[in-house]
Amino acid sequence: MFSLVVMIEVLRAAAGLVLISTGLMIIFGMMRVINIAHGEFLMLGGYTVVMAGKAGVNPWLAMLVLAPLVVGLFGVLVERLFIRFFYGRMIDTLLATWGLSLFLMGMVTVLFGNTVTGVSVSLGSVDVGGLRVSGYSFFLIAVAAIILIATYLVLRHTKLGLVARGTMQNPGMAAALKINPSVVYMATFGIGSALTGLAGALLAPITGVVPTMGVAFVAQAFITVIAGGPAIITGTISAAGLLGSVSQLTTFATTPVVGDVALLFVAVVLLRILPNGITGKFFRRSI
Amino acid sequence: MASELVPLIETTGLTMRFGGVVAVDQVYFRLEESELRCLIGPNGAGKSTFFKCLTGQHRASAGTVKFRGHDITGAATHEIARLGVGIKTQIPNVFNGLDVRENIRLAAARGGKTRSQIERIVKDVLDRVGIGKLARSTVAKLAHGQRQLVELAIVLAGEPQVILLDEPAAGMTNEETERTAAIIKEINRTTALIVVEHDMQFVKMIARKVTVFHQGAILLEAPMAEVLANPTVRDIYLGRRIAA
Amino acid sequence: MMERSDLLATAAAVLVGLVLMFGLPLYADPFQVMQLTLYVVLAIFALSLAFVWGVGGILCFGQGAFFGLGGYAFAIAAINFGDTTGACALALLVPALAAAALGYFMFYGRLNDVYLGVVTMVFSLIIWKLINSTAGPEWHIGAARLGGFNGIPSIPPLNVPGRPSDQLDPLQIFQLALGLLIAVYVVMKILKSSHYGRVAIAVRENETRAALLGYDVRFVKLLVFTFGGMIAGMAGGLYATYQAFIDPNVFSLEMSAKVLIWVMAGGLSTFLGPIVACIGLQYVALYLAENTVVNSQVVLGGILCVLVLALPSGIIPALQDLAHWSIGRIRIAFRARSEVALQDGAA
Repeated sequence: MFSLVVMIEVLRAAAGLVLISTGLMIIFGMMRVINIAHGEFLMLGGYTVVMAGKAGVNPWLAMLVLAPLVVGLFGVLVERLFIRFFYGRMIDTLLATWGLSLFLMGMVTVLFGNTVTGVSVSLGSVDVGGLRVSGYSFFLIAVAAIILIATYLVLRHTKLGLVARGTMQNPGMAAALKINPSVVYMATFGIGSALTGLAGALLAPITGVVPTMGVAFVAQAFITVIAGGPAIITGTISAAGLLGSVSQLTTFATTPVVGDVALLFVAVVLLRILPNGITGKFFRRSI
Repeated sequence: MASELVPLIETTGLTMRFGGVVAVDQVYFRLEESELRCLIGPNGAGKSTFFKCLTGQHRASAGTVKFRGHDITGAATHEIARLGVGIKTQIPNVFNGLDVRENIRLAAARGGKTRSQIERIVKDVLDRVGIGKLARSTVAKLAHGQRQLVELAIVLAGEPQVILLDEPAAGMTNEETERTAAIIKEINRTTALIVVEHDMQFVKMIARKVTVFHQGAILLEAPMAEVLANPTVRDIYLGRRIAA
Repeated sequence: MMERSDLLATAAAVLVGLVLMFGLPLYADPFQVMQLTLYVVLAIFALSLAFVWGVGGILCFGQGAFFGLGGYAFAIAAINFGDTTGACALALLVPALAAAALGYFMFYGRLNDVYLGVVTMVFSLIIWKLINSTAGPEWHIGAARLGGFNGIPSIPPLNVPGRPSDQLDPLQIFQLALGLLIAVYVVMKILKSSHYGRVAIAVRENETRAALLGYDVRFVKLLVFTFGGMIAGMAGGLYATYQAFIDPNVFSLEMSAKVLIWVMAGGLSTFLGPIVACIGLQYVALYLAENTVVNSQVVLGGILCVLVLALPSGIIPALQDLAHWSIGRIRIAFRARSEVALQDGAA
């Protein structure tokens, strides 16, 4: 029974990584844009929930609908007004999104202060063989799975997904087919931001909402995306699965600090063996 | 008699597989000292892949490559270059952000030569290739044909013992093509060359002995006239199926 | 070697540096001089990344790791030895070895671009997490407790080599720091235009072609990276002795982020740019913190965004362009004036 709990916790860790990484995978994996402000998009999702809560909105609605909507629209705005000037220039994108990151953290600190705000939702806990597992863990696992499946279906089976994949591979050709690449970029960035906002909102009850909450996740998100490799879905699943397992199992055996370090260490070793990420070598043709 | 001399480059059963595709199939190849050999064949015949096995850019799946009897199979590119193999790649690999003179200087400076030796080589090469006027130009700003000439100059500046050129005439004007042909013939007076080419006009200008690749293997190896007259060669270029 | 105009510019910069080094302690407010010391030390840190990235083309997201290792090595050694001479050596050696090890791991494993950036970031992060958790008394090296997130206090000031009781006062530390900054600047300029520097630049420009010329690309990058790590360590050691305190934040992403920003804002193609940007941006941040109510992060972030939009190559290259443009205009005006004079004369 203990091993069942361990498995559930491993899945939860992997789900956490999936949530914070999918939006980034879409933006970086498809557009090759390194958004250093990724953590701040997560943070904005959290703050949307906090603000919605103050306005009396149901927290579940805020988390699942409002946060992605708000952050998605914000992403579109940022892309149009700012990010799109730097496409193809990696260093400038880095610098620009860094500036954005600092700006957002500062703005939010000014508006909301520096203290941690809690978000409370309760799903109770489930009894698994005498051990209690938080119901929220199952919720996270479920949402992560739904997001993966939905993203896969969209990319593989819808026109939007096909157009997006085609444009990323060959914008000139897309333009020749009367598809406006900039609209595709805008939509892709918007969707990636929305997913990130959703992730931030979902993690808010666990971590608490504070202007610097994104900082803790940025590194892990980038590591998962890079370790995953070029394929969006299989890359995220394989990297999150591997890194999540390592970190959670090591945490059980030792301490959370060692678990965190183990995740980082395994990622480094992984990149050494597979310099192009997991799906650079395995599952190459998958999405 | 010739078989007693150690060939400059020799491959034995060289094979290169990518997954299920056999790009180079059991190739036995010999290049003698001071020889000029052209490798031709239709697209996908395996010439460039074979070339990359010689330069260390691909690690052969099977077989060996020897340079003057020295086994270089699987050696790193920089090691092969240090042995005296000068290489010009299919897509020009030059230092785009630097000027032409610096490009050539870097090639000449390898191997611990004195400053005056390096300067002499640079001046010499600029003259030989006829790009003295371009010495201070940034390579990125040059036309494609000019960049090809710069790359040729870079290769020469390394004072190589054998030169491998992959499509040296691609994207060149007629004048540049003739100049390149003349340079190659002049180089060949002292140094052996392997030239992979598509441009048959160019090949006619320089060729002596020609190796024809087809589907990863050597179809025919003969003097130029014979190759041109051969109906099977014509067929493979026209994509007609040939008798096995 | 260097072109003449470059040589003149370098000499001018060195002269300015020397004037400040000897002049400021005599004429400026001691507190200001001490404040400047910190920025000078961080400028050395910035130079280390400017070399690794600008010359070597290696985008290191974790340069703070070597800065921190230098600081911690110095602190632990100084506390244990009672004499800072050996500590100085270790502040250079430990980060250099770490950089060599990490560099070997990365470059001989053919890691590149973003992937390399991530590995360097993770390296720094691992050290940060590990040291952060060493708060208990059982964590110590000799007489020095690692201190975890509390850091290591009471780091001794620098003493004259071999004479532990002869310690440097703050103004002398300023002079040493600025002196080292000038020295590192000059050394880097020389290296950049030497054959080895140009080979490194060639590797940065086109690895394939560099290899085709016979250069061992992996080794070249390893040397550049190790040298950069050593200089970062030097800065770290100076930082530790200046503050008399060090904590794991030197290993944080923020530290590595700051140094990247200074180099980017200053311009990758120069060494002077990152120095100016580092010191300049620090003063801006200080001014903002002291004089305005506006959140410093907002302003810094805003400045960065504007910088990237308006000056994509960085501050110093933009200023260089401005200088060239101005000189060009002056020449044209001069020529026009002398032509008019000639015509008048001929008439």
